[in-house]
Amino acid sequence: MSAKMMTVSVNSQKKLADGVYSMWLSVGTMADEARPGQFISVYSSDSSRLLPRPISICEVDTEFRALRIVYRVVGEGTKEFSKLRAGQKVRIMGPLGNGFYMKDKKAVLVAGGIGIPPMLELAKQLDCEKTIVVGYRDSETFLSGELEQYGDVVIATEDGSVGTAGNVLDAIRENNVEGDVIYSCGPTPMLKAIKAYAEEKGIECQVSLEEKMACGIGACLACVCKSKEKDAHTNVHNKRICKDGPVFYAEEVEL
Amino acid sequence: MNTKVTIAGVEFKNPVMEGSGTFGSGEEYSAFVDLNKLGAVVTKGVANVPWPGNPTPRIAETYSGMLNAIGLQNPGIDVFIQRDIPFLKQFDTRIVVNVCGKTTEDYLEVVERLADTPVDMLEINISCPNVKEGGIAFGQDPKAVEAITKAVKSKAKQPVVMKLSPNVTDIKVMAKAAQAGGADAISLINTITGMKIDIERQCFALANKTGGLSGPAIKPVAVRMVYEAAHAVDIPVIGMGGIRTADDAIEFILAGATAVAVGTANFMNPYTTVEVADGIEAYMRRHGVEDINDLIGLVK
Repeated sequence: MSAKMMTVSVNSQKKLADGVYSMWLSVGTMADEARPGQFISVYSSDSSRLLPRPISICEVDTEFRALRIVYRVVGEGTKEFSKLRAGQKVRIMGPLGNGFYMKDKKAVLVAGGIGIPPMLELAKQLDCEKTIVVGYRDSETFLSGELEQYGDVVIATEDGSVGTAGNVLDAIRENNVEGDVIYSCGPTPMLKAIKAYAEEKGIECQVSLEEKMACGIGACLACVCKSKEKDAHTNVHNKRICKDGPVFYAEEVEL
Repeated sequence: MNTKVTIAGVEFKNPVMEGSGTFGSGEEYSAFVDLNKLGAVVTKGVANVPWPGNPTPRIAETYSGMLNAIGLQNPGIDVFIQRDIPFLKQFDTRIVVNVCGKTTEDYLEVVERLADTPVDMLEINISCPNVKEGGIAFGQDPKAVEAITKAVKSKAKQPVVMKLSPNVTDIKVMAKAAQAGGADAISLINTITGMKIDIERQCFALANKTGGLSGPAIKPVAVRMVYEAAHAVDIPVIGMGGIRTADDAIEFILAGATAVAVGTANFMNPYTTVEVADGIEAYMRRHGVEDINDLIGLVK
């Protein structure tokens, strides 16, 4: 298995919520290799924006050899992507990173904000009992309807407009959500809280991290996180999020 | 058509290398490019002991460029000798090892450890702060440049390239200091110190506050400095700073560079190094140039 760089066609682009877009890309054999929790690097067509944007894979369609990314517009690069229309081309590299370690255990998928997209393919592929806990700012609960096809969905909103008022942990407690393994993706404070919760409950926990990246393939050492043990590759207490992650067992990393 | 160039008696099959720190030790990029097609692989800076580097965020994009403050994270010379040199020896390319340190003794320890290894050349990163001199970079004081060059040359078994910092008033003075210290060649430019502020969060974009600017944005500065340095000294110059295409590389060669390095552009496109090497040959055919050496310093 290896990452490829390709120029691919956009199949469709759709706005899901304020500033959140969904794009399907026709990627050929890359679709056969992509796993939940992996990401792709998406390159700008404007050469003044040098660095690729790492975006998680939301869905994989092996039949039509397509990948879906759901992303938030946070700057000029992602704004450019949001303007791409069906038939237009974009350069990508992938699949990158390791993805989630899928276990045959009662699962709790926990995600917040733009950490939610990788949970869709994960929920689809996990063949076990599962609860999906998703946190949003407000009533724009993008992807929650689609997630319902694959498991019980529990929603938390910061403004209390839908589901539990509060964060994902409040929703877990309010709904007595239980499981034997947690798969999580979202902002670092959320992951920190989930890690502590999993430790307290004594259950396995995987976290998907993000950081500013440059090469995306493990060479430049821009996107490191602190690791508990000395890392075999770097020979220091740093792991490369793009290459060794983005998914880590929670106990491996310091958040 | 000849694309071979020679620096301090070491022959390179073509003048294209990559810039230290943008390519690791080549392993990750070998999935995309055939390392046999490069004149050399220049490894990421290695110190006598492992360095953990800086806190994150370590990089930030800027207009046609990027800032980095990786902090020279490296696994230390022991792991490097055991793992990275054998990996690179599988390929038919030259190995240039970039060396960093916090004191003269740190540099010398690495240089001595490399003496009996099959590496072809050493590149000494003197943009690191000299902790014994209050943290001013070795490369910002001509006396320190000459002294560190002399010290390294006294221990080195391989030819020594001094990598100059552009964060100086007059690059010619630094180039001459390296030559006076006995350098076999110089390479330039390293990154230009910069800063970016996130106005929404009202904080620095980099955890380190400042970082080194690289990428196409710095190319005109780099071409000017390569030109000035090449005219100030008699030793060969390796040119770098914002090279993204063969045309960029040719510009450096015409300004006086014997070889060139592709840095940040590897992040834009992992195939850049080989595309630049191929593009140089296409340029030579287009202009009826038989020998790449005829282009070096042609524009005076």
